[in-house]
Amino acid sequence: MWEWLTNPDNWTKTFGTPGIPQRLAEHLQYTAVAVVIAALIAVPLGAYIGHTGRGGTFVVGMVNAFRALPELGLLILLALSMGVLLAFEAMTITLVLIAVPPMLAGTYAGIRNVDQSAVDAARGMGMREREVLVKVELPNALPLILGALRTATLQVIATASIAAFVSLGGLGRFVVDGLALREFDQMAGAAVLIAALAIVVELVLAGAQWLVVSPGLRAPRSRKRKATT
Amino acid sequence: MTWVLDHVDQLLSLSAYHLWLALLPLVLGLLIALPLGWVASRYYWARVILVPAAGLLYTIPSLALFVLMPLILGTLILDPLNVQIALTVYTVALLVRVVADALAAVPATVAAAATAMGYRPVGRFFAVDLPLALPVLLAGVRVATVSNISLVSVGSLIGVHGLGQALTEGFQRDNYAEIIAGIVLIVVLALAVDAVLVLVGRVLTPWARIGGRR
Repeated sequence: MWEWLTNPDNWTKTFGTPGIPQRLAEHLQYTAVAVVIAALIAVPLGAYIGHTGRGGTFVVGMVNAFRALPELGLLILLALSMGVLLAFEAMTITLVLIAVPPMLAGTYAGIRNVDQSAVDAARGMGMREREVLVKVELPNALPLILGALRTATLQVIATASIAAFVSLGGLGRFVVDGLALREFDQMAGAAVLIAALAIVVELVLAGAQWLVVSPGLRAPRSRKRKATT
Repeated sequence: MTWVLDHVDQLLSLSAYHLWLALLPLVLGLLIALPLGWVASRYYWARVILVPAAGLLYTIPSLALFVLMPLILGTLILDPLNVQIALTVYTVALLVRVVADALAAVPATVAAAATAMGYRPVGRFFAVDLPLALPVLLAGVRVATVSNISLVSVGSLIGVHGLGQALTEGFQRDNYAEIIAGIVLIVVLALAVDAVLVLVGRVLTPWARIGGRR
């Protein structure tokens, strides 16, 4: 495994076979595209549902139902029905479907759990509903929203490594190819890379969250009632 | 549909195997997470070490963990143990935190009253702390169960075939019926086991219903 990881041939394009940097870039691209699309769908929707309180039970129910859905099955079904040429689109849809439920639930729970007195105070100060949402509820909900974003991103990275099965790239390619060729060191090396990628992304996002979230919210929030999903 | 009817036997045996692959790790993981979570709820230093470590393990994608298992355990790459132990790791990683939180949420006055009545630590744990922590614990176990059942299908990519076999084989043969049957069965299994857990929870915590809440 170590030999595979340190072999320079695996880090460049040799005989038309993409090396590790390209696979890594593909993996990050798949992840970024899906997470951005999912966030654009889930955060506004979750904010609306959390603000108005309408459809909360629907969100919780949907999240639980989606958790049972096997990612691999969804990916395979979409890739097969959309065809090889649209494999990337099929995978992106799969990844978005995986990322939306946790983000939606996180945003909803975040907005719901904002201290009600702060919201009342904002209204009392004459803020419009829009301002209440954007200036008070969203900043206060940020820890939970970003936490959900991190969870979703990790799930997307995990699922993107399966994409190789439907003839796409990403780091999972080495695992699938390695199994087909019975090259275990290649599989293990790729597994180490995938695990490292997930951990690094998690740490970077955790750091970003620490920077972005208001210092006033950093104090232990243990007394808050947790939203159960 | 005809394909499904022709292959009922095969699908049933795959389902049974799928459940075996998913539920053994659940039981093992719970048995390991209980003492770890108990230690984490009691000692601050243990909590500071165990909870972040569990979080880190949980970030490792399933395919990567499955593939790394032979390296750590010395098993063969196609050994189903790889999947089962990897899922055990996930279950422990998820539940350590849940157990610690659930036990920490037991009111101190109740624990003190139990001690005053003469419960010894171990007896108190099983007779007082654990039952009171059960609702929160069960919520965590349900999440672990459903995600385990879904994750077993990824094992198909490294040749450990539960119902994931229906997915990969269906893909190779352009057989939609097989893929859809696989997906539906996985979801049905997950929801069925989840329903059983809810039922078990209701039986084990009869006091939760008397208060009229939920």
